[in-house]
Amino acid sequence: MTGFLTLLYKELLRFWKVGFQTVFAPMVSTLLYLMIFSHVLEDHVEAYPGVAYTVFLIPGLIMMAMLQNAFANSSSSLIQSKITGNLVFVLLAPLSYQEIFLAYVLASVVRGLAVGLGVYLVTLWFFDVPVTSFLWVFMFALMGSALLAALGIIAGIWAEKFDQLAAFQNFIILPLTFLSGVFYSIHSLPPFWQGLSHLNPFFYVIDGFRYGFFSASDISPYLSLGIVASCFLAVSWLTLQMLKMGYKIRH
Amino acid sequence: MTPAIEVKQVYKCFGRLQALGGVDLEIRVGEFFALLGPNGAGKTTLINIIAGLTRASRGSVRVMGHDVVMDYRDARRVLGVVPQELVYDPFFTVRETLEIQSGYYGLKNNGAWIDEIIHHLDLADKAHVNMRALSGGMKRRVLVAQALVHKPPVIVLDEPTAGVDVELRQGLWRFVKQLNREGHTIVLTTHYLEEAEALCSRVAMLKKGNIVALDSIRNLVNSVTGCRVRLRLSPDVLPSTLQPLLSSAEEGYYILALEGYFLLEHVMEALRAAGSQVLEMQILQPDLEEVFIKTMAGTEIAKSARIAETTALPT
Repeated sequence: MTGFLTLLYKELLRFWKVGFQTVFAPMVSTLLYLMIFSHVLEDHVEAYPGVAYTVFLIPGLIMMAMLQNAFANSSSSLIQSKITGNLVFVLLAPLSYQEIFLAYVLASVVRGLAVGLGVYLVTLWFFDVPVTSFLWVFMFALMGSALLAALGIIAGIWAEKFDQLAAFQNFIILPLTFLSGVFYSIHSLPPFWQGLSHLNPFFYVIDGFRYGFFSASDISPYLSLGIVASCFLAVSWLTLQMLKMGYKIRH
Repeated sequence: MTPAIEVKQVYKCFGRLQALGGVDLEIRVGEFFALLGPNGAGKTTLINIIAGLTRASRGSVRVMGHDVVMDYRDARRVLGVVPQELVYDPFFTVRETLEIQSGYYGLKNNGAWIDEIIHHLDLADKAHVNMRALSGGMKRRVLVAQALVHKPPVIVLDEPTAGVDVELRQGLWRFVKQLNREGHTIVLTTHYLEEAEALCSRVAMLKKGNIVALDSIRNLVNSVTGCRVRLRLSPDVLPSTLQPLLSSAEEGYYILALEGYFLLEHVMEALRAAGSQVLEMQILQPDLEEVFIKTMAGTEIAKSARIAETTALPT
């Protein structure tokens, strides 16, 4: 247990030591998105009746920041450790692959939640953002971050160079988050794109997360949570298999 | 008694390349053991398999009786490894690095022992310095400290003195010898054969993934038959009758390889016949380096020795 807790502590300390870059900077960029998009679109778009566009946008942006940071944490920690070689200290230690998995996922979830909470608290200063159910908000924040944390482990283990990791991030993670309904309700899309959006697991994360704020969503939050949880379990299973066989890290 | 390290029929293939081809090795508790071999012989691969960093394609390894795959937690708790590469985590200070490493092994309140290793490795004034700011030699010391943080009974050092200055090298060996006296089993790989000769009781020589020699240093050195003679002559020409015995020549010195001391007489006779005067003569004792070179040269040495036998015996 101490071994696992130490790895978790090390992973938390790692991003906290560069907190300016890992927590504060993403908060600033998210708030910039919010300012710009709300300024341009406030008067033109109404996603849900009676909900101002800016207020609609806030949960989406918070979730996007959480997803991106949860992914960035585990993936960059792993690839840095692999490339500099210090992953050897974790591999030499009597840690099980499950412990390694859990420590990396939890630390990334903490970073995701820290960024999300930070953005939320700052937006409260300027906007009245209602939360109708903290439980739904928390459940989706947790599951969304955990899903991306596990994906980050896969990317970090698979990538051998920084540009491979950047490709994973720019061609898979970024399009999936941008096209998941962060900036719009998918009901505004043509039917084909609406149908396609339903294949994007990140759509359910954001849709369910929004339900916690407005009690309105495109899909039932129970279904969304079920889908997100299933995706998390599937990705976790794959990640655990990779860690168990030592794919690319214990040749 | 359970051996410290027990390697049984270990094979390792990377794709079509066979890095280890059926290695058997037993290292006893309390030994100071050296693993020697040229680059690419499989030393690091073998160490990585012992440490669980690489998985064997076939065969098994036990550390203090614990299988490194089935019983990896116990096997890793009794093993400390100093990796060959100078790796470090740039996010942490020396002390944090050691505390974290200690925690990985499940140890809490390990401060007293951490202080002791920091003191022994002369890291005290660097304890709160970030790893990035340390010189190469200092980083090497931290690597050694990390391997010792859980007081492992078996310590493996993979080329710990590569690129390290004399002072650190001597300090390091003093500390490692002390650990050995206290009962720790030490396994090291090194390219400096005189280091292995001075420190170790037993060595294994690896060549292309196989153990080609495994014995105490004394037995290995004694196994070298014959002797070598270093000569300086006037005039500075080696008589043609002695040419077949020549093993090397450098700046006026000729080194002759003899099958045995009895051939000295033949050498002297040939010199006298050619009218050469001996300015200097030295009989070189066989050392580990000679054993190493002969072992690595393998079959070629045996062949040329036979030629020397047929051509150089006194008639």
